[in-house]
Amino acid sequence: MESSGVMAAEAKKESNISIVWRRLRKNKLAVAGLIIIALLVLIAIFAPLIAPYDYAEQDLTNTFAPPSREHLLGTDDLGRDELSRLIYGTRQSLQIGVFSVAIATVLGTTLGVFAGFYGGKVDILLMRFLDIYQSIPGLLLSIALATSLGPGLNNAIIAIGVSTMSVYARIIRASLLKVRSMEYIEAARAINATDFRIVMKYALPNAIAPLLISITMNIGNSILAASMLSFIGLGAQPPVAEWGAMLTAGKDFIRTHGSLITYPGIAMVISVLSFNLLGDGLRDALDPRLKN
Amino acid sequence: MIPVLLGVSLLVFTIMYFTPGDPAVIILGPSATQESIAQTKHELGLDKPFGERYLEYIGNAFLRFDLGKSYFTGRSVSDEVLVRLPYTLKLAGLAILWSIIIGIPAGAIAAMNQNTWKDNATMFGALFFLSMPAFWFALVLVMIFSINLRLLPVVGIESWKGYILPVISMSVGGAAGIARQTRSSMLEVIRQDYVTTARAKGQKERLVITGHILRNGLIPIVVVAGNSMGTMMGGALIAETIFSIPGMGSYMVNAISKRDYPVVQGGVLVIAICFSLIMLLVDIVLAFVDPRIRAQFSSKKKKGSAAKWKAAA
Repeated sequence: MESSGVMAAEAKKESNISIVWRRLRKNKLAVAGLIIIALLVLIAIFAPLIAPYDYAEQDLTNTFAPPSREHLLGTDDLGRDELSRLIYGTRQSLQIGVFSVAIATVLGTTLGVFAGFYGGKVDILLMRFLDIYQSIPGLLLSIALATSLGPGLNNAIIAIGVSTMSVYARIIRASLLKVRSMEYIEAARAINATDFRIVMKYALPNAIAPLLISITMNIGNSILAASMLSFIGLGAQPPVAEWGAMLTAGKDFIRTHGSLITYPGIAMVISVLSFNLLGDGLRDALDPRLKN
Repeated sequence: MIPVLLGVSLLVFTIMYFTPGDPAVIILGPSATQESIAQTKHELGLDKPFGERYLEYIGNAFLRFDLGKSYFTGRSVSDEVLVRLPYTLKLAGLAILWSIIIGIPAGAIAAMNQNTWKDNATMFGALFFLSMPAFWFALVLVMIFSINLRLLPVVGIESWKGYILPVISMSVGGAAGIARQTRSSMLEVIRQDYVTTARAKGQKERLVITGHILRNGLIPIVVVAGNSMGTMMGGALIAETIFSIPGMGSYMVNAISKRDYPVVQGGVLVIAICFSLIMLLVDIVLAFVDPRIRAQFSSKKKKGSAAKWKAAA
């Protein structure tokens, strides 16, 4: 009995996914974003195989080299191959995006569940806390947290994750409030399901669509936020090849070697834009009002 | 409003309290003796418990506007803030102004030409600008206009020309966000009956757009604009370091690298307070542009993020 119910649920889920996928596929920009993201993931995984040089390999006799056959995009102030550093930088940027959003989602979902599912005083208290939390501009909160944690890429990821969690808490809370008094939740209660089971199985699935959109859009934003932290010296530390840190290092040579800030910036725009295009596409595809 | 300010100060204070590293050691350097460290700690009041230190801090901050002293220069943080804050607010204010001036018409054009090339081009452009690190765009602008074309100054704000590049680099992101919001809120109301009615009675198309469509979609736009004020102040911190503007940003970024915590703490607190005041202003503006808001608040129904801010205040 249990298994047939699960199977029926899965069959329905499967068809929902295929509806969304069919609609997403029609959106050429979103598909382009998806393809670029897939490419970036491949580049990140196979970075050591693709990159012609190591990201930290210096050649002090050959600094600021113009593009050549040996160095397709030239070299930086320490003679490191710019292209190789860009390729390795993909790893850092995806890491930042994925991990900080994961931290934010887990924290935000936990808070949102407590507020939305239990309601009452817990809800009021948590929402006041989020109000206070959100009256500090996001970047400023990340800066304060990152200062407190100390410089470094991992700390920057934590700082960004913690400072962006309120969005997810609000999304989860709003959708749980909507379903809290639904009959199927009552039915689940009637069969003596635990709160945990009700939340995981019946309540949270309702929040997946808005959550997925926010996650996709925020991966890009987190990458941008991390580059800002790098810029003020709180993010990735040398010699790590992170695009934001590369930009920051390049700004000292802006008068003579502008390419050192042009390439990492373009890499960042392409990857963030891909995530945003996918997020926009997902939003349109998941919009129930457009269902046909 | 006051609970929010107290909450913000507690949050900022707590974050800074748990920062590893002893401020006394930072001030005196690694070669300091145990006794001198203990003495400095006592002088700064760092040996007192958390609660007492917090109460003392907010007491000084809110009653006497005293945010402590810099560990390094010994100068009062409040005095520095008073000199520097106007630059930051001016930058952020100009940037938000330009975001609105560019963003709303761009979004309106996109909405009125939905699914045409104009719409697609505007929206792709908006997304592109949202996907760009603002400081990178600032550096690219410097490269093009100051270094290559020599049209504008690289740094400083001696003349009004010095504001052009910082404000442009800060406002494109905000303009993009506002344009996207304007488009979607206008599309929500564009097919309402009262729009058809307005057209049917022969109203000029321009007035239909401004008076009926835009007016009714204005609430989320104002909220987005208010929220981007927070982003703008964050962005101002970055822009100031690039363009060497003596505002809060250059002050704080400097302090972060030297671990001058009273400066970081005071700076974050002051900006957060400014932001809270601006959000309060947004609520007043909302009630002004839309009388329905008041009714919404009195029924205590949470609808949209506008109510959230009102509740916070």
